[in-house]
Amino acid sequence: MTLIDGSTAAGAPAPVREPILTAKKLVKTYGRVVGLDGVSLELYPGEVLAIIGDNGAGKSTLIKCLTGAEVADEGEITLDGKPVQFKRPQDAHAAGIETVYQTLAVSPALDVASNLFLGRELRRAGLLGSVFRMVDKKGMRKRAKQELSDLGISTLQDVTVAVENLSGGQRQAVAVARAAAFGSKVVVLDEPTAALGVRESNQVLQLVKNLRDRGIPVILISHNMPHVFEVADRIHIQRLGKCAATITPQSHSMTDAVAIMTGARKA
Amino acid sequence: MTQPTPTANPATGQHDLAEEFLDRTTPLSRLRGVMHRYPAISPAVVLVIAIIVFGMLNERFLNPANLSLITQQVAVVGTLAIAQTLIILTAGIDLSVGAVMVLSSMVIAQFTVQNGLPPIMGLIAGLVVALAAGALNGFLVTRLRLPPFIVTLGTLNVFVALTLLYSNGATVRGGDMPDLLTWTGTTFSVGGVNFTMGVLLMLVLYVVIAFILSQTAWGRHVYAVGDDKEAARLAGISVSRVLMSVYLAAGAILAIGAWIQIGRSNAASPNAGTDLNLDSITAVVIGGTSLFGGRGTIWGTLLGALIVGVFRNGLSLAGLDVLWQTFAVGVLIVLAVSVDQWIRKVRK
Repeated sequence: MTLIDGSTAAGAPAPVREPILTAKKLVKTYGRVVGLDGVSLELYPGEVLAIIGDNGAGKSTLIKCLTGAEVADEGEITLDGKPVQFKRPQDAHAAGIETVYQTLAVSPALDVASNLFLGRELRRAGLLGSVFRMVDKKGMRKRAKQELSDLGISTLQDVTVAVENLSGGQRQAVAVARAAAFGSKVVVLDEPTAALGVRESNQVLQLVKNLRDRGIPVILISHNMPHVFEVADRIHIQRLGKCAATITPQSHSMTDAVAIMTGARKA
Repeated sequence: MTQPTPTANPATGQHDLAEEFLDRTTPLSRLRGVMHRYPAISPAVVLVIAIIVFGMLNERFLNPANLSLITQQVAVVGTLAIAQTLIILTAGIDLSVGAVMVLSSMVIAQFTVQNGLPPIMGLIAGLVVALAAGALNGFLVTRLRLPPFIVTLGTLNVFVALTLLYSNGATVRGGDMPDLLTWTGTTFSVGGVNFTMGVLLMLVLYVVIAFILSQTAWGRHVYAVGDDKEAARLAGISVSRVLMSVYLAAGAILAIGAWIQIGRSNAASPNAGTDLNLDSITAVVIGGTSLFGGRGTIWGTLLGALIVGVFRNGLSLAGLDVLWQTFAVGVLIVLAVSVDQWIRKVRK
């Protein structure tokens, strides 16, 4: 994909960054209920875009359309400048959009390394792998350790420990690490701190920053204003199925954001 | 740079670990942690204690001939329990394993004896029927999304009826069968203890399935599906494909069980397997595999099958009524499930 980007921008080194993921005028209705009413969104490399909104404002629907869990009735989604059609979550997954769901999609009885590689296990080299289909446990543990330390997850030293023995924050870290590993293009985090305590929330927020520092753009859905304002570069505010405003933590205060979100104030 | 409110420094991470460390320092909880990690430990301890106790109660117990008898008594249920383990690991249950095994054994015997096909064709026919039975269970569980308990309760009756209809309720004697079919009953001697080929076949199956479960991606997916179906699906695992393959694998194992059964009883009888449906579940549960899926080992199941065999044999040598054997097995089941429940409390 970098090749294509390079060729379009060839000749003139453009200072303007191309968005990785865009959504244009997405419409989604459920019967007579309008979930999304022409919502557009752009996600740039290396940024954290927060999506906030009241219940029923359409933020879940927006995310579902972006991650293939729902198909929008109208509108266009592009990834790396190319239009994409996500009919199932697997399509988005295959295209490089990794989602960490609110219900942590980890297998409690499996260890950390197995969870990171669940569904994409590494095989042993040679006959052991091709004929006997043996998985490369050592290799997966080594790479899991590498991934975790790259992401700055220091609380998970032992990748052979079963996930069920981990705290909520550590489990969240495993889920995020799995999403961030393996060269994904976009990571979507749905309410990553909702079930966590203060200390664990901070670990997860730090993780989000680490992701951004590695150049992986993050879409963060959250109800928690302080968390959003701490990590987000830009904030997309949904209201009544529309994008009420896109602000930055520098341009607006939390009170402003809440006012826009509830309709008490226009952007 | 923007350090948020009260705590966000590396020290907090250590604090976290320290808390978790504190939280499991009592000897009991540490024991629970170990048992949680190695679920085959408790059945192994029970088996060793049972062998020592029964050996002291009656010196005949440790006789090579008696030990050989125990392994033979365990061979069929031990094989069915392999299939049962696979299904229980996916958080399912199969009430029809015994019925499928008996149906398969009748097909093997009838195809060879009545229809005069070569014995290898009879074995293949038995395998095909068992695979079809597994496919039916798998189809109902994955496509119609019915609970495995209900599905196999239904197919149990279907298979029992089919077996009786097909065989007219008649037993096929081993003497009438070609040698290949009763080969699993032939014995060989290791250090004075006689083993049958059926026992050997069962052990080979345990090794193969243990390898697959612990070393292949498919094995991990079986655990993942049983552990948390939704999480497995979101990780990109095709849950219905894994479930279907588990039911098919179980069918193949049951066909081998049918062959072992013919050798063991030197006959194919339509009434052979009535107790085996539940006995296989007993072996799995006593072996430390959780009925809730995702936790357990195939070796635990072998230990569970051996424990049941040792208890039945030992209690009968000790001169107790056969009903007390059943009583003891019942107590073992309840104990095993209680231990599992206790171990599972490790989860937060």
